[in-house]
Amino acid sequence: MWKSAERLLAATLLAGGLAAAGIAVADPQPAGKPAAKAEKTGSDKARQAVNMAAPLAAPGAAAKAIALGRPALPEEIAAWNIDVRADGEGLPPGKGSVKEGEELFLQNCAQCHGEFGEGAGRWPVLAGGRGTLKSERPEKTIGSFWPYASTVYDYVHRAMPFGSNLSLTPDQTYAIVAYLLNLNDLVAEDFVLSKDNFPKVDLPNEANFYDDDRETSEKAFWKKNPCMKDCSGEVHVTARAQILNVTPDGDPPKGNLE
Amino acid sequence: MSDTSLPPTERAAGAKPSLSRRRFLNLAGMGAGAVAAGGGAALAAPAAGTPDPNIVPVPDWTKTLGAAVNENPYGKPSVFEKDVVRREVTWLTASSQSSVSFTPLYALDSVITPNGLCFVRHHGGQAEIEPDKYRLMIHGLVDKPLVFTLEDLKRMPGRVNRAYFLECAANSGMEWRGAQLNGCQFTHGMIHNLFYTGVPLKTLLDMAGVNPKGKWVLAEGADAAVMTRSIPLEKAMNDCLVAFGMNGEALRPEQGYPVRLVVPGWEGNMWVKWLRRLKVGDQPWQQREETSKYTDLLADGRSRRFTFVMDAKSVVTSPSPQAPLKHKGPNVLSGIAWSGRGTITRVDVSLDGGRNWTTARIDGPAMPMSMTRFYLDFDWAGQELMVQSRAMDDTGYVQPTKQELRAVRGTNSIYHNNGIQTWLVRSNGETENVEVG
Repeated sequence: MWKSAERLLAATLLAGGLAAAGIAVADPQPAGKPAAKAEKTGSDKARQAVNMAAPLAAPGAAAKAIALGRPALPEEIAAWNIDVRADGEGLPPGKGSVKEGEELFLQNCAQCHGEFGEGAGRWPVLAGGRGTLKSERPEKTIGSFWPYASTVYDYVHRAMPFGSNLSLTPDQTYAIVAYLLNLNDLVAEDFVLSKDNFPKVDLPNEANFYDDDRETSEKAFWKKNPCMKDCSGEVHVTARAQILNVTPDGDPPKGNLE
Repeated sequence: MSDTSLPPTERAAGAKPSLSRRRFLNLAGMGAGAVAAGGGAALAAPAAGTPDPNIVPVPDWTKTLGAAVNENPYGKPSVFEKDVVRREVTWLTASSQSSVSFTPLYALDSVITPNGLCFVRHHGGQAEIEPDKYRLMIHGLVDKPLVFTLEDLKRMPGRVNRAYFLECAANSGMEWRGAQLNGCQFTHGMIHNLFYTGVPLKTLLDMAGVNPKGKWVLAEGADAAVMTRSIPLEKAMNDCLVAFGMNGEALRPEQGYPVRLVVPGWEGNMWVKWLRRLKVGDQPWQQREETSKYTDLLADGRSRRFTFVMDAKSVVTSPSPQAPLKHKGPNVLSGIAWSGRGTITRVDVSLDGGRNWTTARIDGPAMPMSMTRFYLDFDWAGQELMVQSRAMDDTGYVQPTKQELRAVRGTNSIYHNNGIQTWLVRSNGETENVEVG
């Protein structure tokens, strides 16, 4: 790691940049490099030129150091590096109990989310909904839908309470997460959540997520010659937005905030 | 937008369409009377043989001085275009700081969205960042963690200009269960298409020196949502931009001033605004916006994740519920098409609900992962129409019908609804969002 911006600049000068000006310049882009995709498809190359003609990264920009930016200090990284991963990486030291979490939740969260995570008014429901994902009206909560408990810690810390985010200490966050797990019947009332036992907490719906498979499961949407003439029998209107009457200025139905 | 709650279909019963319809037309800037009258007669026209009062006498604006050159140092649209604005559907969300407003597509043409009309999606309100205090940090699995200022980014070699659409993953999400909102602004208006000015993300990552173990990049915003998404390193190194300009000027505050991420062809949520941090790692972070939200629940109870690409899609913007037909005879059908997989190669239009199709005329640039404008010039004799458009891209993907999508996915996936839209044009020109079968 570089120790200082000066060191970076010095390296640039040694590398043979524009020494007099103290600025390194990227190599010019190779002229007239063909737009590979446009040629492949045989589409109108001129039309595509704007988005495709030039390679995105200037070749050589990395080879010669650019004397811009400066090394990030460890304290600076620590101040902003708040993410927590599914494997627990990023969790700070600390712990909190369901009992402590209940008190904190009532003070900071229940106003919107209800005392038991059931959601007040239109605000999000955090607990319950198990077994509803195949139903007409799925209720997607931490317990019924979320794959990882780490996400609860990360999100509560980074973005909640709504309007005063980044205000909870690590211990408070652990406690609130413990209470949310308890509300979802995933841990007992005497449970204490900590950095150490966090990786042991599994959420029930994790196995039901899989990576985007549209290119295989929806392969039928790629067609050479879609139908142009007499593609169906007589067509009738089957649903009308006007009857539903929920466009602005109509009578508002109840919605959900995330 | 992940918070779309679909109102119960049962609400259809007992609705009062006529009252709502009238109010809606007024909202869209059109008196109900003008629409009901239909035909060219609705617009003031002189009786045959009588001089047009707009010609005789000569109008005042031709005889008196107008406004001085700098009366409006930053110009605004004509006062007569006051209804061409973003709109909100308040029942969608409980808080307008974590909500969405919609681009008035019905009133726009060509392919570039005016900056002030671009739909807005916030999760924690609009951050106000002083440009001198803006910082972007790159760290994680890199050789040299770095901090950049805005000035650094603007001095960076290799600046580029690229036009791309940004479509919210939830665009048309309220329509999964059936025709719901009356106007393409509401059914398709979570999209804009801009020229971005910025530097390739690759340039910055190369400066930091990505460790060979690096496979993903976490992008994070500086607003009160501190929003994050995991982006595959391959995409980050391919065509992502760190942008500070839109349509030639600085980003608008609501679009991430002073810096946002541009992730061409991929769902809008990943285009992190007020970008403050990029972290390289060896696996995705499983953040809230890629687990609880922006995952697609299918009928079998399982969910797709990392559905990044926005598939080929199109919509007829005129005629549409907010842009009814006013004249018999010659008319211009106008619409937009786009694909996150590449370039739009063809758009077909049907006037009979998908039984028969005519290939539309594309005009203006057809660029990869950018909005494309199509037209169909047609004569209208006043018969009822069921208007549809069907986009194709250069991968051979053909925009599916909503029924075809539901057959694969069910109706609960919220996101990625690119099904074919139908507008019913009645004999009086009034146009409605419908489904056909």
